[in-house]
Amino acid sequence: MKTFRIGGVHPAENKLSAASAIETLGLPKQAVFPLSQHIGAPAVPCVAKGDVVKVGTKIADAGGFVSAAIFSSVSGKVAKIDSVIDASGYRKPAIFIDVDGDEWEETIDRSEALVKECSLKPEEIVEKIKNAGVVGMGGACFPTHVKLCPPPGSKAECVIINAVECEPYLTADHRLMLEKPEEILVGVSLLMKAAKVDKGYIGIENNKPDAIKLMQEKAAAYPGIEIVPLKVKYPQGGEKQLIDAVIRRQVPAPPAIPISVGAVVQNVGTAYAVYEAVMKNKPLFERIVTVTGKSVTKPSNFLTRMGTPMSQLIDAAGGLPEDTGKVIGGGPMMGKALMNIEVPICKGSSGVLIMNDKEARRGEVRPCIRCAKCVSACPMGLEPFLLSTLSAHNEWERAEKEDIVSCIECGSCQFTCPSNRPLLDMIRLGKSTVMGIIRARSAK
Amino acid sequence: MDLILVAVISLGAIGLIAAVILYVASKKFAVYEDPRIAQVAEVLPQANCGGCGFPGCSGFAEACVKAGSLEGKLCPAGGQAAMEKIAAILGLQAEASEPKVAVVRCNGSCENRPRIVKYDGAQSCKVAHATCGGETACAFGCLGCGDCVKACRFDAIHMNPETGLPEVDEEKCTACGACVKACPRVIIEIRPKGKNNRRVYVSCVNKDKGPVAMKACKVSCIACGKCVKECSFEAITVENNLAYIDPNKCRLCRKCEAVCPKNAIVAVNFPPRKPKVEAPAAEAAKAETPKVEAPKAE
Repeated sequence: MKTFRIGGVHPAENKLSAASAIETLGLPKQAVFPLSQHIGAPAVPCVAKGDVVKVGTKIADAGGFVSAAIFSSVSGKVAKIDSVIDASGYRKPAIFIDVDGDEWEETIDRSEALVKECSLKPEEIVEKIKNAGVVGMGGACFPTHVKLCPPPGSKAECVIINAVECEPYLTADHRLMLEKPEEILVGVSLLMKAAKVDKGYIGIENNKPDAIKLMQEKAAAYPGIEIVPLKVKYPQGGEKQLIDAVIRRQVPAPPAIPISVGAVVQNVGTAYAVYEAVMKNKPLFERIVTVTGKSVTKPSNFLTRMGTPMSQLIDAAGGLPEDTGKVIGGGPMMGKALMNIEVPICKGSSGVLIMNDKEARRGEVRPCIRCAKCVSACPMGLEPFLLSTLSAHNEWERAEKEDIVSCIECGSCQFTCPSNRPLLDMIRLGKSTVMGIIRARSAK
Repeated sequence: MDLILVAVISLGAIGLIAAVILYVASKKFAVYEDPRIAQVAEVLPQANCGGCGFPGCSGFAEACVKAGSLEGKLCPAGGQAAMEKIAAILGLQAEASEPKVAVVRCNGSCENRPRIVKYDGAQSCKVAHATCGGETACAFGCLGCGDCVKACRFDAIHMNPETGLPEVDEEKCTACGACVKACPRVIIEIRPKGKNNRRVYVSCVNKDKGPVAMKACKVSCIACGKCVKECSFEAITVENNLAYIDPNKCRLCRKCEAVCPKNAIVAVNFPPRKPKVEAPAAEAAKAETPKVEAPKAE
């Protein structure tokens, strides 16, 4: 069975909510939409205080080419445009909407019926995706239409769908595949058509045998789509790791991007969002969020309107357990510990993980024993111990030479370190500093 | 016997040849270095703190000698005394400089600024700043991991375990600015030491709007502007919801300290206020009560 070649680790899977069917979560009292839910320029509000909006009304325009529009997930009145503490822990501008009823825009097709036929041209599909504010649903939130417009000189050869869900605990993509397989496959066909390729792969790790089986059965009717079962290894869901695992090609160091080796990688949730955007005229305003944790009464997968506070999801899953140590937005490997559980669900919120006290505590930091486990674990072939030391000593030039910007921040090094050293913390800091230096240099 | 003789003669010859080559090379490739550079370097404190803006003490010495004037040059660690000595060596005029000191502009102690979460990541302010908003609701104040303490080469800044804030030892601080660079939130500022070491400054860097800042910390600046109105010397400005006292304009009258409803303005090294000043202070206290609410309106 296939997997990526360099490094990787095997964290405990803990897929507690894999058997819980997707439930629709109730409406929040107030929905909050941060303006930067995606990579790129923040969106620009196109509503004002007091405006009445419906479900699916555009409330913010894309702020540039690499940006995405934001749509209301509720109907009601715009209460204010103010700031809210988002997952980063800092105040960011956001639109607040007081919910009143549940009235949808008439253009949205709310029927459950599967629509397969699409007569649109590739450019029209990309335009529709763009106009629906679709971004990568895996967590990085890169605007999807940008990925479908390859830079001049590069040509896509295949679309790879990331259905790996290598993060422990999270099951949102797994449930989506079990419950909406046909919709996903239509979405993949649309993505293939938009990228002008006739080959599509869906990579699924073999810890989801039911999903592999179901998808294989359904995919038979869709020409060009192949299901690729993959050996379980973290971080297989990383874009570059997935390309290596599925088509055996390695993406060179930045500024090379996946399209340089002919691959367009999209998340399975994105494929579903593309289906809804193109076939049902439904912009991106809801997503599936896993709420899980060892002490959680009812680990669940919720179909959640964006802007819902995380506290509402936690309550629906049985409330915050008493022994809570940390609440994490996302999975345990790449997610971010939250300062505040009123943080709204955004386009990239794949899960809410509640860690108990024991699990959450970090071990005592001890000196590096030069075991080089981090070097063997790094899926990018970097030297994490070195990069973290360079960052700690502000040696930015050397860190750049050691290719710190190639780090995908998967956390395998820190996970594997027997001395509990905060490797990723330091590397992240170094990476963002070095990227800032590079940007400043190229701006000159 | 022959063998020894041959060895002595051959080694002696090699030595002689090498000596000649070295002599010629040292004459031909000699680089003239102004002897004053070494003299100047000698009077510098050799802390290599970089506070002067040059790469170490020798770099500063070279710059002083080569520039031919001491304009705009100051060794913060050696202070005015070192500059006078350098001026004497070089036969130049040292620029008069005011002694300066590092000032920590955050008063968010554990008591004033409640901790709402616990940060257990890498113990570095830089990392804490990049990964989360810190342990309190204030996204601008001190993170308390002590990057400034680690950066100080003069043992002049220490964390106070009670308040969780760094404290500057005025005697030891040379105002080299290493802590300013180390602080990711730019809380520390280099300010003139002031007459008799007396200083008045806004001990807050919170740029949030009044109500948000008010909730986060008991002693946050809420940009109500009372100090601006009170100041007779136009030394105070409010920008981005934060007041700032210009040390060059401030005449240390302490009127602003008295009117600040949040006690965000701090005056240090002043004698206790005289009893007769109490009356206007009490008046100010009365006046401030209703106005605490005022900044909420936006």
